[in-house]
Amino acid sequence: MADTPNTPLLTVDKLGVRFAVKRGGGWGKRAYLYAVDDVSFTVNRGETLAIVGESGSGKTTAALAIARLTAAYTGSVKLDGQELLELEGEELRQARNKVQFIFQDPYSSLNPRQRAEDIVREPLVSLTDKSGAEQQQIIDQLFAEVGLRPEQKRLFPHQFSGGQRQRIGIARALATQPQLIICDEPVSALDVAVQAQILNLLRDLQAEFGLTYLFISHDLGVVQHMCDSIAVMYMGRIVEHADRLSLFNNPLHPYTKALLSAVPSVDKKRRAETNRILIPGDPPDPVNLPPGCRFANRCPAATDVCRQSEPPLTDHGGHHRVACHLVNDSKTAAI
Amino acid sequence: MTTPLLKVENLRIELTTRDGVAPVIDDLSFELGQNENISFVGESGCGKSMTALAIMGLLPEKIGRIAGGSILFDGEDLTKALPARLRAIRGNEISMIFQEPMTSLNPVYTVGEQIAEVIREHQGLGRKAAWDMAADLLDAVRIPNARGRVSDYPFQMSGGQRQRVMIAMALACQPKILIADEPTTALDVTVQAQIFDLLRDLRKDTGTSIIMITHDMGAVAEMAERMIVMYAGRGAEIGPVDQIIEHARHPYTKGLISCVPHIVSHLTEDRARLTEVPGIVPGLKDFGKNMCLFASRCNHRTEECLSARPPMKPFENGQIAACWHAEDV
Repeated sequence: MADTPNTPLLTVDKLGVRFAVKRGGGWGKRAYLYAVDDVSFTVNRGETLAIVGESGSGKTTAALAIARLTAAYTGSVKLDGQELLELEGEELRQARNKVQFIFQDPYSSLNPRQRAEDIVREPLVSLTDKSGAEQQQIIDQLFAEVGLRPEQKRLFPHQFSGGQRQRIGIARALATQPQLIICDEPVSALDVAVQAQILNLLRDLQAEFGLTYLFISHDLGVVQHMCDSIAVMYMGRIVEHADRLSLFNNPLHPYTKALLSAVPSVDKKRRAETNRILIPGDPPDPVNLPPGCRFANRCPAATDVCRQSEPPLTDHGGHHRVACHLVNDSKTAAI
Repeated sequence: MTTPLLKVENLRIELTTRDGVAPVIDDLSFELGQNENISFVGESGCGKSMTALAIMGLLPEKIGRIAGGSILFDGEDLTKALPARLRAIRGNEISMIFQEPMTSLNPVYTVGEQIAEVIREHQGLGRKAAWDMAADLLDAVRIPNARGRVSDYPFQMSGGQRQRVMIAMALACQPKILIADEPTTALDVTVQAQIFDLLRDLRKDTGTSIIMITHDMGAVAEMAERMIVMYAGRGAEIGPVDQIIEHARHPYTKGLISCVPHIVSHLTEDRARLTEVPGIVPGLKDFGKNMCLFASRCNHRTEECLSARPPMKPFENGQIAACWHAEDV
């Protein structure tokens, strides 16, 4: 791997994923739910991009489309210059070892009838041409890297704790030496004390191997700790995308502001300073989206423009992208 | 504080498992005042929910039993109360909301019927009056168009709305104590903020005391005045929330606070490594041993910790910690 920092490894352009739904549409017309709509971003080598958003915002679907685990209907995903969405057959199989997944639930993402070492061996068997001896050597090394003891190789998933299972999941993701690892809520099923162990491990591995992470989470505290840049999704679209410090210290989109203000904090100073923005109501129906900004019905600053036209994601300096008509408006600055 | 509303003394709950009898709650004492909000904190398997179930008289039948101690509610010992008496208290004077708003509502009844049932049972209101009150309650928990939604089934509502229905049901009889077991864990953070806001307002309006069970220190800091940190069925530390966050006296509390990456008022480039609490909570078979059960995960461990259970040491500022080395933490 030619390691040049600050060059994009992953470039996603106008990605769209939609699902056909039964209702609506009338005769002969299909209704679609646009789970991911016009999503574009890049991730640099050795860095971590977080995608945050609430359940149903499309973050996992976007990640699945990037890993070719669900079909995108439009857009492009380039990994190291190679277009992933057009690959088929053997080429796709070859490309799969470059993108690996760490799943949310360490209880259901491991086959209960396989031994730990066989779980880690699986990607080596199906995605590489390594010999048995080579595979074993890689497995031994991975067990040490993720902090599992050699004698645990022969155990079954139920004999491990949640944190240890997630370590097996991480070893499996590392097995093919992927360029990109997608971590989909890797710690949200774990107890807080165990979360710290896994987060530290992920950061150590990144420093050691120069890994690039796409990190999906709804926990903004965790995201703050793990990421170099953050994309905020709402109803299938990116509403704000900026580096870590800009996004947390100077959020521009009303939704991001509300999201950040909603996080309970142990920091007394932050609690005193934070003006909690309660956004009323629920998101709109994803099948019958309103014409304008998708956040308009809950936004405390929304105007007629917001309800009529959808705001584009534009750069507001220093790669801080925001999709809001009112971003330079004094009314939004006040919230 | 005058006489506490709820006073739990030396509570011991035993659970019968395949490996024998284990004390899942081992000598726990705490108080809850009028209009006070306390929080139980700890990892899963530390006995937080078990304590709540014991107060409600809902311990798993034949498996769990109260083996010692007392639960004094308004001067009445609930551990000695008859099932009929508990039934009258439950949902009426003490009520509970559960973690999973998706699974704790009955899918085949409308939300209105489920709320009205509580009112009819405890307040003896007629069908029509109870139904009207159910609609009022939905309105009080800020469900838009409450009159129209009262005949909805749970599947027609979002997660946040279902949790509001649970809260409406719990508050139907204006209970003196509301127990909230991880009320927002399954919800998104903006919805969590709405629910917390609602609970705060309800407490202000009705004077209900709240016991909240959570693993999120941030939520504790937002919502509670005092916290009780539980570890392996025992109280590890009790005291005012701000003081404990400022200076925890038990290494476990300290670990719980510092192992989570918090959002602070101004973020900097500096990202310290998270403090790890190594290992996991011990299994049930180790519960009840005469030693500090946290010792195997603790970096303050000495011989003393392994040879005897530490007593609850009170400090001048009101903090109480069960650690042999509490002064040095």
